Amino acid sequence: MIANANNDDVTPVRFRVKIKRQDGPGKPSYWETHQVEYEENMNVISVLQRIAANAKTADGKGVAPVAWDCGCLEEVCGSCTMVINGRVRQSCSALVAKLLRDQPDEITLEPMSKFPVERDLVVSRKRAFQALQKVKAWVPVDSYVDMGAGEKQSRADQEKSYPLSQCMTCGCCLEACPQYTKIEVLREDGESDADFEKRQEEANAAGFIGAHAINQAMLFNDNPTGKFSKAERLDALTDQGGIQMCGNAQNCVAVCPKEIPLTTSIARAGRSVTVHQIKKWFDS
Amino acid sequence: MANEKVVVVGGGLAGLSATMKLCELGANVDLVSLVPVKRSHSVCAQGGINSCNDQTRQIGDSEWSHLDDTVYGGDFLNNQPPVKEMAYWAPKVIDLMDRLGVTFNRTHEGFLDRRRFGGTLYKRTAFAGATTGQQLLYALDEQVRRWEAAGKVNKFEAWDFLGPMLDDNGTCRGCIAQNLNTMEIRSFPADAVVVASGGPGLIYGRSTMSVMCNGSAASRIAKAGVKYANGEFIQVHPTAIPGADKLRLMSESARGEGGRVWVPRKGQDPRDPKSIPESDRYYFLEERYPEYGNLVPRDIATREIFDICVNEGLSVEAGRQCVYLDLTHIPRAELDRKLGGIMEIYEKFQGVDPRDVPMKIFPAVHYSMGGVWVDFEKSSDGGLVAGSPRNQQTNVPGLFAIGECDYQYHGANRLGANSLLSCIFSGLFTAPGVLNYLSSSKGLGEDKTTSLCNDEIAKHKERHESLLSQTGGENPYMIHRELGDVMTKAATVVRRNEQLEKAYETVCDLAERANKSSLADTGSWTNQNVVFTKSLIDMFPLAKALVKGALQRDECRGAHYKPDFAMPPLQSTDDAGRRQEAEKWCDKFQANIDKWLKTTVADLTTGEPKITYEAIDTSSIPPRPRLYGLVGAEVIDEVWKERQRKAAVGNATGEKSPQPVA
Ligand SMILES: Cc1cc2nc3c(=O)[nH]c(=O)nc-3n(C[C@H](O)[C@H](O)[C@H](O)COP(=O)(O)OP(=O)(O)OC[C@H]3O[C@@H](n4cnc5c(N)ncnc54)[C@H](O)[C@@H]3O)c2cc1C
Ligand code: SF4
Ligand code: SF4
Ligand code: FES
Repeated sequence: MIANANNDDVTPVRFRVKIKRQDGPGKPSYWETHQVEYEENMNVISVLQRIAANAKTADGKGVAPVAWDCGCLEEVCGSCTMVINGRVRQSCSALVAKLLRDQPDEITLEPMSKFPVERDLVVSRKRAFQALQKVKAWVPVDSYVDMGAGEKQSRADQEKSYPLSQCMTCGCCLEACPQYTKIEVLREDGESDADFEKRQEEANAAGFIGAHAINQAMLFNDNPTGKFSKAERLDALTDQGGIQMCGNAQNCVAVCPKEIPLTTSIARAGRSVTVHQIKKWFDS
Repeated sequence: MANEKVVVVGGGLAGLSATMKLCELGANVDLVSLVPVKRSHSVCAQGGINSCNDQTRQIGDSEWSHLDDTVYGGDFLNNQPPVKEMAYWAPKVIDLMDRLGVTFNRTHEGFLDRRRFGGTLYKRTAFAGATTGQQLLYALDEQVRRWEAAGKVNKFEAWDFLGPMLDDNGTCRGCIAQNLNTMEIRSFPADAVVVASGGPGLIYGRSTMSVMCNGSAASRIAKAGVKYANGEFIQVHPTAIPGADKLRLMSESARGEGGRVWVPRKGQDPRDPKSIPESDRYYFLEERYPEYGNLVPRDIATREIFDICVNEGLSVEAGRQCVYLDLTHIPRAELDRKLGGIMEIYEKFQGVDPRDVPMKIFPAVHYSMGGVWVDFEKSSDGGLVAGSPRNQQTNVPGLFAIGECDYQYHGANRLGANSLLSCIFSGLFTAPGVLNYLSSSKGLGEDKTTSLCNDEIAKHKERHESLLSQTGGENPYMIHRELGDVMTKAATVVRRNEQLEKAYETVCDLAERANKSSLADTGSWTNQNVVFTKSLIDMFPLAKALVKGALQRDECRGAHYKPDFAMPPLQSTDDAGRRQEAEKWCDKFQANIDKWLKTTVADLTTGEPKITYEAIDTSSIPPRPRLYGLVGAEVIDEVWKERQRKAAVGNATGEKSPQPVA
């Protein structure tokens, strides 16, 4: 890092960015180092924008620009998750000045390791969305015609639900979870879109659904109408890849950018599932 | 009618609400979106969604006054039948979102809590913390996932809409899109396509919008012959945090919950803001607009902040323009409960706690009132005919547009918290019309469809290949920066003809240069370079329509402000003199209405805008001067009302049909 002489904050003139790249699904990954001029208020997204506009490595070799994902640039859409200096987080809210304070020489960027890489820092999180389908994360209303307002709700209930409903399916909790392991299905020659998707879905279904989906199941089990299909959600939670796979490592809650009380949701889900199973056992 | 296929392009609030309603009515939907729909830009909306409600009704509010606020705030450039229908649907829309599980804030008794937003005196706005858009979007996303599980929706996420497919008669028969990873180009045949692709903020480089808000889909249908309307009406939001990559919004709800805008009376006062006594603070919005205070409509707040910094030199900082937005007098717990989302954004990106220290903010490009031209069918009571296929249909049969990408609801200036409403409303309301269109239209037949698809795919493949192989030497990212700079300088808060003329030339030059882009990435997998370059090239027709529309419109209306054509305040100090001036003022105002109260309609088929003007339906509420804060407002108001009364008597004796009753 080259320090900027007239600034006590030691903001650098330029700094290095080491990026773990991959040209396509199933291809080998490799590291590449870039050099970027420092600008005030810079975040990792603007670093990637500068690299896109001038795709050269630190030793001046022209390369294909790095691919990455982003959307809102204010940490509400969940697109831009990656592993930055070894920690999974959103790249839009990762400020360069802060990163360099913690690790002066260089910033490292890697794609999340639990999802198949499309290219460079872009991964496919279809499995995370599939899990939401599995736990029926929705309110099963009869129709969208006008039936008046929903039920009255106490402030306390709203304040319990609101934090759970902020989950942006960003994948941080899944990346951090020891029980969530990568599932990658590669396309076979000549395979149709539909066949390929079906194989992916089947493979995904065998894996752990993840903390985010358990949390969503609890959100909808709390909803005045959502609770009518509580039993179906609890069945989904005990199915293959369900809550029984959670080892209670609590890594998830530590990395959630929305500070969702994931372990509380998991504990509640655990209790509901137990009660549900005992009831089923008596009913049968 | 069941099992008809509809393609929806875009999965923000508009696209998702249309999709779920179409499914409920029996259609099958192919949903095409650049991003996973749950990550659409609607997720950014913070403040809330409007409707007249039980609380406001008690103190005189009604759907009619929601309509009135919307068209008055919009400076009467809105066609009134769609606005009326929307205002009357608004309470139902919020009830539905409540049933779908949106975690709206509650009152102690358990009803939906409401806050006040700009441009109204009523607390109409329902909200879920300061992440209302996210909560609304998720509720709709969940419903669409439910239909996906039921096999009615096929999602194509990470697909770029490249253009509609039109048959020989100019009827829409589906569309072409490209996969952002495999780069595959394929056709989506369907007899109806609904475009819900959001706003074009990226034309300005940096704005409050998300990175996929590039206007490309709107531009691509415009190129195919769809008209583009009111492009020059761009909302610049008064309060955003300036940033290198994005201008992050600080929602109007911050003022709705009591936030106050001020500057030290002495420019660049070096003191800590908390230690500056009240007497040294200039609460300029409150002083200049005693009735609305900090909640004047956005165009006005924006111009005032701009004026304070640029013309009066009262910016808080010397090197950078900004004013204080102060929430520090509000208890922390209340701020967390009602504004938590935006408090966190400020804290995260500025490293300062806005609960302790006043925020520093400046206006930023935020929303496009203009957009794709769409039709409507007016009902006998001045609203819309439910189920009419004309509603939200463009001039290309079978091609519909909804949400921020259409021009229909917000006139010359959008009121806060009305957009989420217009998006969900237009999605729900349009679905039956789309199906009625399908049941009355004839299919193209298999052979013709196949050959149309093949031709269109070939055309787009050829363009793709030629972009990859061309070597003109231009860097698309640099051109985008330059475009953003010109547009921000010439076509935002204050507009002057000399600047607009120059900007038009620059935009034309940049457009030519963009066509000579050389790509750093010529690969055939997740090539973001080529996707960006295509969207950049497609920004130019919209940018041109915007600048040319602004150049030609020699008046001030809503967000479009040209000081050279502003209506002057009254000068005279005695009653008689004032009265006389007010009469003249009103003559001039009437003449201006006759000339300019018209929709700007651009034809972009050649890439160079051809502009015509179209009459506006003001059948419910006759236009009146927008007089927020003008010197002499009372006299002008009086004169104008007298004229209206006279005109009404004239009407009653014959010429015109009476105004519909609320
Ligand atoms: C920061 C911010 C805060 C706001 N707060 C409020 C508020 O409090 N209240 C309010 O009423 N309004 C608010 N607005 C305005 C409101 O959020 C937007 O107008 C609204 O969400 C737009 O919704 P939409 O469905 O039209 O489009 P979007 O949500 O923008 O969705 C567009 C969709 O189209 C897709 N798309 C775009 N181009 C293509 C293409 N070429 N191919 C395929 N798909 C494409 C995208 O992937 C996306 O799914 C706010 C806006 C901003 C920027
Ligand atoms: S608590 Fe469960 S879900 Fe969370 S990290 Fe641990 S194993 Fe994974
Ligand atoms: S629970 Fe938190 S970390 Fe996990 S996906 Fe949701 S927002 Fe991301
Ligand atoms: S870009 Fe949306 S969370 Fe980072």
